[in-house]
Amino acid sequence: MRKLLAASLLALSASVAGNAFAEPIKIGMITTLSGGGAGLGIDARDGFMLAIEQSGNKEVDVVIEDDAQKPELAVQIADKMIQSDKVDLMTGIIWSNLAMAVVPSATAQDVIYLSVNAGPSALAGAGCSPNYFNVAYQNDNFHEAMGEAANKDYKKTFIMAPNYPAGKDSLTGFKRFYKGELAGEVYTKLGQTDYAAEIAQIRASGADSVFIFLPGGMGIAFTKQYAQSGVGLPLLGPAFSFSQDVLPAIGDAALGVKNTASWAYDLDNEANKAFVEGFREAYGRLPSVYAAQGYDTANLILSAAEKASVKDKDAFRAALKEADFDSVRGKFSFNTNNHPIQDFYVREVVKDGDTLTNKIVATAFTDHKDAYAAECKM
Amino acid sequence: MSLTLLIEQILNGLQFGVMLFLMAAGLTLIFGVMGLINLAHGSLFMVGAFACASVAAATGSFWLGLVASLAAAAAAGALVEILVIRRLYERDHLDQVLATFALILIFSEGTRWVFGSFPLYLDIPQLLSGAVHLPGGAQYPIYRLAVIGVGIAVAVGLYLLIGKTRLGMRIRAGESDREMIGALGIDIGTLYTLVFALGAALAGLAGAMVGALQSVQVGMGEPVLILAFVVIVIGGIGSIKGALVGSILVGLTETLGRFLLPHFFGLFMSNSEAATVGAALASMLIYIVMALILAFRPQGLFAANA
Repeated sequence: MRKLLAASLLALSASVAGNAFAEPIKIGMITTLSGGGAGLGIDARDGFMLAIEQSGNKEVDVVIEDDAQKPELAVQIADKMIQSDKVDLMTGIIWSNLAMAVVPSATAQDVIYLSVNAGPSALAGAGCSPNYFNVAYQNDNFHEAMGEAANKDYKKTFIMAPNYPAGKDSLTGFKRFYKGELAGEVYTKLGQTDYAAEIAQIRASGADSVFIFLPGGMGIAFTKQYAQSGVGLPLLGPAFSFSQDVLPAIGDAALGVKNTASWAYDLDNEANKAFVEGFREAYGRLPSVYAAQGYDTANLILSAAEKASVKDKDAFRAALKEADFDSVRGKFSFNTNNHPIQDFYVREVVKDGDTLTNKIVATAFTDHKDAYAAECKM
Repeated sequence: MSLTLLIEQILNGLQFGVMLFLMAAGLTLIFGVMGLINLAHGSLFMVGAFACASVAAATGSFWLGLVASLAAAAAAGALVEILVIRRLYERDHLDQVLATFALILIFSEGTRWVFGSFPLYLDIPQLLSGAVHLPGGAQYPIYRLAVIGVGIAVAVGLYLLIGKTRLGMRIRAGESDREMIGALGIDIGTLYTLVFALGAALAGLAGAMVGALQSVQVGMGEPVLILAFVVIVIGGIGSIKGALVGSILVGLTETLGRFLLPHFFGLFMSNSEAATVGAALASMLIYIVMALILAFRPQGLFAANA
């Protein structure tokens, strides 16, 4: 049965192949374009491709493949991209478990990998690599920012995340900076969609606020049910559950929710204005944080390509590390472990006309670095 | 842990179980009557949710959406039965699994093609929003109580349909000997289409009701489908009564396990560890229950053809 499923999926994915020209830079993008998590991958891809189009650089060839959020499929695609497509750079993976399956082997084969989203702690600390650049964040960062921001208003927070590595990183990150007491700490099943049992616990816990990390459909389900339950405590979280890709599905239930990210569409800088307008024009919707990270990743690659040839790996790595591009996040530079040093903001879900979106209300961290850089020896 | 919290959790388990019953009833009927393993049952759940969400968005009425979900899922079910499933009755289960798995992919990508990759918005109707006070001081959302009510109504309706009507008689006859009832002059093709459409409509109804609580997105049916299979294996394949008992059992086990196990481990571990261990064990619990039941009653609790 399992083999059967795997074989059918393989056949399906084989039909989704990218185009190929023999041009100077060849980028392999593995991202999630089908299944429940497809919205994230599509946004990252669209942001990435927008930057390439805006640059007018015809030398860049991007091969895009769908991993269907399955690690084994991502590994197969990566092998194919490295061995037969002979890509110079790789990017695109959204999920940490897929990144852990693909990145270490790709970087060991001297392919440069740039992360548009996933930032597992293992790749930021002892497992760091000169070939691995994270243009998004280290997984703990958004949660750390919320922990820090929560100190101001709350004393007793109920915290909840799915029971998988990124969920544990999340609560660890929150607790690293949060000084208040915890009203409860709950791990839910990954992919769980009914939160009645947890909401009853929140109601009974005597908490003054609720912190959740529930990406994708899980967050939509929780936020709707939470609003319906009438518990009414302030809801906090990283941007993942309240990003532009899911807000329309949550509806007004999300209004007023505080969430943390390194980007928001109203961030005041030239690059961001060009990005938000360009994205709206090209795709007819507002960009999410995933789109912003994809856009920055492409611009970073383009900036490095102006300085060095991608065939000269050492020079190209050095050019990437300079991060000499106009980030939509304003300030952006790389730490010693090739992970970002950047600001983190508290955003609030508001209604702009008829559209739900996030507005920046405070800054949580300035020039924040991740907690693992010291363990990275390179 | 207070009594009101426990009551609330039991209601939550009941509500979850009733929702599973709507899925499992169709699945077990189709398996019992036609001997067909239908993996695409979760897709019909998704069709119901998308139909409800899009009609509700266009008209502003959840109730019209609910009607649309029944109609769309039943129509999709009948269509699929006539075009695809009909060719599979004589084949072995492997072929059925393969073909209905292909249907999952077709439904998922078709839905994405029509509605896009981003989840749709569907909220509960105004009439059923808010919470009621239960005796003992607990609060419970009206909508979830309504879901329990609908589930019980469907269970009673199915009982009457199968036990007291001519159609039900034919369905039961089809379960015990499909060749003989064909020989007696009953149009078995139409009967199969009807049963399939009925099962699909129930899945669609479940999809619409759950869609208002959760997120309406591509692939939402498959996790429920897995649990629905657990339910019919526990309850006994082909038995509606088994599906009802199995659903309530799975719903309560899942909900109370999630709630009580971390408390239990909290008695002798730190909170953080208890949360992790409890959550891990809770997600295994229904499968442990299934394994135990199968060890003692391999045919399930109420096997139809035992």
